[in-house]
Amino acid sequence: MKGLAEIEKLTKGILAGEKRSIARAITLIENNGETAQKIISAIYPHTGKAYIIGITGPAGSGKSTLIEKIVKELRKTGKTVGIVAVDPTSPFTGGAFLGDRIRMQNLSLDEGVFIRSMASRNSLGGLAKATKNTVRILDASGKDYIIVETVGAGQLEVDIVKVAHTVIVVLAPGFGDEIQAIKAGLMEIGDIFVINKADRENADRAVIDLLSALELNTHKTWKPPVIKTVALTGEGVNELLKAIEEHKKYLQTGAFDEKRRKKVEAELLEAINQRITDTLIAELKKEGKLEELIRKIMNREADPYSIAEEILKEKISKK
Amino acid sequence: MAERKIRVLIAKPGLDSHDRGAKIVARALRDAGMEVIYTGLRQTPEQIVETAIQEDVDVIGLSILSGAHMALFPRIMELLKEKGVKDVLVFAGGIIPDEDVPKLKKIGIKEIFGPGTPTDVIVKYVKENAPKKT
Amino acid sequence: MFDKEKLRKITEERKRWESETVPKWIQTKPERQPEFYTISEIPVKRLYTPEDIKDLDYMRDLGFPGEYPFTRGIHATMYRGRIWTMRQFSGFGTAEQTNQRFKYLLKEGETGLSIAFDYPTIMGYDSDHPMARGEVGKCGVAVSSLKDMEILFDGIPLDKVTTSMTINGPTSMILAMYIAVGDKQGVPREKLGGTVQNDMLKEFIAQKLVIFPPRPSVKLVCDVIEFCVKNLPKWNPISISGYHIREAGANAVQELAFTLADGITYVEAMLERGLKVDDFAHRLSFFFASHNNFFEEIAKFRAARRMWAKIMKERFGAKNPRSMWMRMHVQTSGCTLTAQQPLNNIVRVTLQALAAVLGGTQSLHTNSFDEALCLPSELAVRVALRTQQIIAYESGVADTVDPLGGSYYVEWLTNEMEERAWEYIHKIEDMGGVIEAIEKGWLQQEIANSAYKYQREVDTKKRIIVGVNEYTTEEHEEVPLLRIDPKVEEEQIARLQKVKRERDNQKVRQILQKLHDEAEKNVNLMPTIIEAVKAYATLGEICDVLREVYGVYKEMIII
Repeated sequence: MKGLAEIEKLTKGILAGEKRSIARAITLIENNGETAQKIISAIYPHTGKAYIIGITGPAGSGKSTLIEKIVKELRKTGKTVGIVAVDPTSPFTGGAFLGDRIRMQNLSLDEGVFIRSMASRNSLGGLAKATKNTVRILDASGKDYIIVETVGAGQLEVDIVKVAHTVIVVLAPGFGDEIQAIKAGLMEIGDIFVINKADRENADRAVIDLLSALELNTHKTWKPPVIKTVALTGEGVNELLKAIEEHKKYLQTGAFDEKRRKKVEAELLEAINQRITDTLIAELKKEGKLEELIRKIMNREADPYSIAEEILKEKISKK
Repeated sequence: MAERKIRVLIAKPGLDSHDRGAKIVARALRDAGMEVIYTGLRQTPEQIVETAIQEDVDVIGLSILSGAHMALFPRIMELLKEKGVKDVLVFAGGIIPDEDVPKLKKIGIKEIFGPGTPTDVIVKYVKENAPKKT
Repeated sequence: MFDKEKLRKITEERKRWESETVPKWIQTKPERQPEFYTISEIPVKRLYTPEDIKDLDYMRDLGFPGEYPFTRGIHATMYRGRIWTMRQFSGFGTAEQTNQRFKYLLKEGETGLSIAFDYPTIMGYDSDHPMARGEVGKCGVAVSSLKDMEILFDGIPLDKVTTSMTINGPTSMILAMYIAVGDKQGVPREKLGGTVQNDMLKEFIAQKLVIFPPRPSVKLVCDVIEFCVKNLPKWNPISISGYHIREAGANAVQELAFTLADGITYVEAMLERGLKVDDFAHRLSFFFASHNNFFEEIAKFRAARRMWAKIMKERFGAKNPRSMWMRMHVQTSGCTLTAQQPLNNIVRVTLQALAAVLGGTQSLHTNSFDEALCLPSELAVRVALRTQQIIAYESGVADTVDPLGGSYYVEWLTNEMEERAWEYIHKIEDMGGVIEAIEKGWLQQEIANSAYKYQREVDTKKRIIVGVNEYTTEEHEEVPLLRIDPKVEEEQIARLQKVKRERDNQKVRQILQKLHDEAEKNVNLMPTIIEAVKAYATLGEICDVLREVYGVYKEMIII
């Protein structure tokens, strides 16, 4: 756990947009110790300025190439960008191969762009939290836009992308089967849909298929547009940026605050929950009680739920 | 508290396009539980150092088979120093003649793994020598 | 192919041998491994008998050398008529140094020239480009303009030699320079003989020396093929390569399958341009590796010939037998060379070269023993060349055609390789073809998996590499290393600047603009590129024009 002076130094660095401080802070966030919390507390008042775009879609749809083009355009208007690229951690080895940067490497020397690769690290709630907080750091460092990129297929990715104001789902023609498969998750969360590699023969077909699938989502007041792009050449990127602006305007009419309120509530509850659980478990371990409780359950002398009740009565209700 | 993962940057400086070894090492390190960032081919020293900073890596592995290491590696080490990157382990592999090894070690490349080095040796080395940051 | 009754008897006897004779031996001398496999994971039995090739039809599957399906060789007399071309890949430093090395090799008996270019040249950068820093002349010769090509071939008449140029992305520009030199020497274009590698598909798959995206890259490949077919009839405008695919980690079956799949893709692309198959197919050539598993490699070469002949005849309807010939160049495998105990490599190369000869190659490059350490020294290169000469003139293997034909094992293995390769080819077709498979990353993943598997086998000593994981020694063998003088880069840059000063810069600008306009249309760019090089436009300048029009490729990383 870092000393106060160090945390202050890091915070100062983040607010000044200093890269090594930003990078170091993100590492601390990922390792989720007490320092992480202190840093977030320190920078929280400085967040809320960045516009966050989530980009997801199956592997091979051209997301990274598209992001590179989007960022190029944003940079032309003088905006600064943070990019968080999330890749899955292997459940067997605990390691991860973070290869998204490759297609964005041209941007690595642009002073106004910060790219960070993150591994999911296999903790369901943990990744969403780490991503949220990483976004906060980039926000506090002054980035105008933050792009969160994930390979979209699972619930995990759907959770992460909820961090964003605008969620873009990128598909490529020939993903017919995949469209069926990911219908459940991605169709629900996408604010804008992109058919990339639109110079392919079956692109128009894919657009039609997608539009009809989207017809089934009747509960949204925002009608997600479907945009055709050719990321390799940059075709369609301007339309995409326009659509993002449209969605931004839509959110600012009030949907924004409602969305934010929901998120804040969820995060507060989660933060409280996490702290209580962590503290209680730590106490139990310190008192040497945890093993005893586990043994009881294994011998079927008690069940997990009544034990939880007991702990509640003993530790919390008393106070 | 989440576990700390060793973050490794595998980089291919210059125009050398032989990536079979780099990819095998990247995969082996991943399989050993590390987070591996691979920037692809044809990276300039500037790109490599910038990536190392943004990704806050613990280790940098440089792979080169083109003979250009004596021009590119010193530049990389110089830039790391300039940008104040201190606590990073740098190692190298590829086709690097024995006579160049002492010179490279002098500029801060801690170990050089030549052709035929078993992957396990490299993985063990990184595990044992990666700086422990808190 | 065998008498049914005799075959039945053999089967009976073989079963008896396995149940009675063999166990006695295994009891006292157990076999070294529970199972044996080739590098492509083909299981290798203890013994092969006529049973294993009972369905072999001599006329259908083997035929006679020089006749369909060419399994035994594309020429009727093979090495009895002419020994394979001994072509040693070389080039480093400046054009002058390479010119000297060429003259040395020609004096020592080499029969064809081969040029290696440095990385900046291969990637379409001039020697003074920032990306070229530290790389100029390091693993090949630097060629930034026609001037360099003129020096490279100074005193070497282009109608008396054939030249193989290992170049891919900038093929059109480099070939244009060679043609310009020939024009200047007064050699008629029809007399120019040689090869350009010009195979972009394998770059996307394996070697990664890629400038433009896949489709424009294939278009440029076809521009070169078309131009040569019409203007340089003796020239081989493409060397469809499996070597690099193998070096990147593919096994023998994958090498065979992916190379043939690439070949099919190019033929289809040429047909789409409106050419007839017999117009160009006879000028297609191939390039394979020769790796460690001796018989697997021989089987691979024979299967390759038979498969290509079938593809050309049955799938593409070729009528001219020359369209069905698979003319191949082989290089012994670089990735099998060890840095430890380098002299061992001479033995490896000998076996690999022998496999290529027994496999019926038309042309062969043998690696030098010091190549795991650096570019070959003169001594090492000489030994490599002598290896071929000793095989050719002392061993007797070249005195009869396809000596291993009829071997139960080799014929069985040839069939096996063919069958497995077809499976791969069909899979790729189901995916939509090679370019689709590349964009999906499928081919790259297959190769990465094979590479990783091979390394794991070496790490766990399941696969022995002498001197590396077994039979190691602490002693250090001193091997004279070739070093590139850093002055090379300086000299090259100075020469380049001089060229830029002394040429007609307005003319260059005009021609480059013309090239830009043509590149946006579907026009064969070779004539304009030749014009540009003759005006001393540099390689980098020409490539930059095309980069603007076609875009720059960025790979998908698969580990």
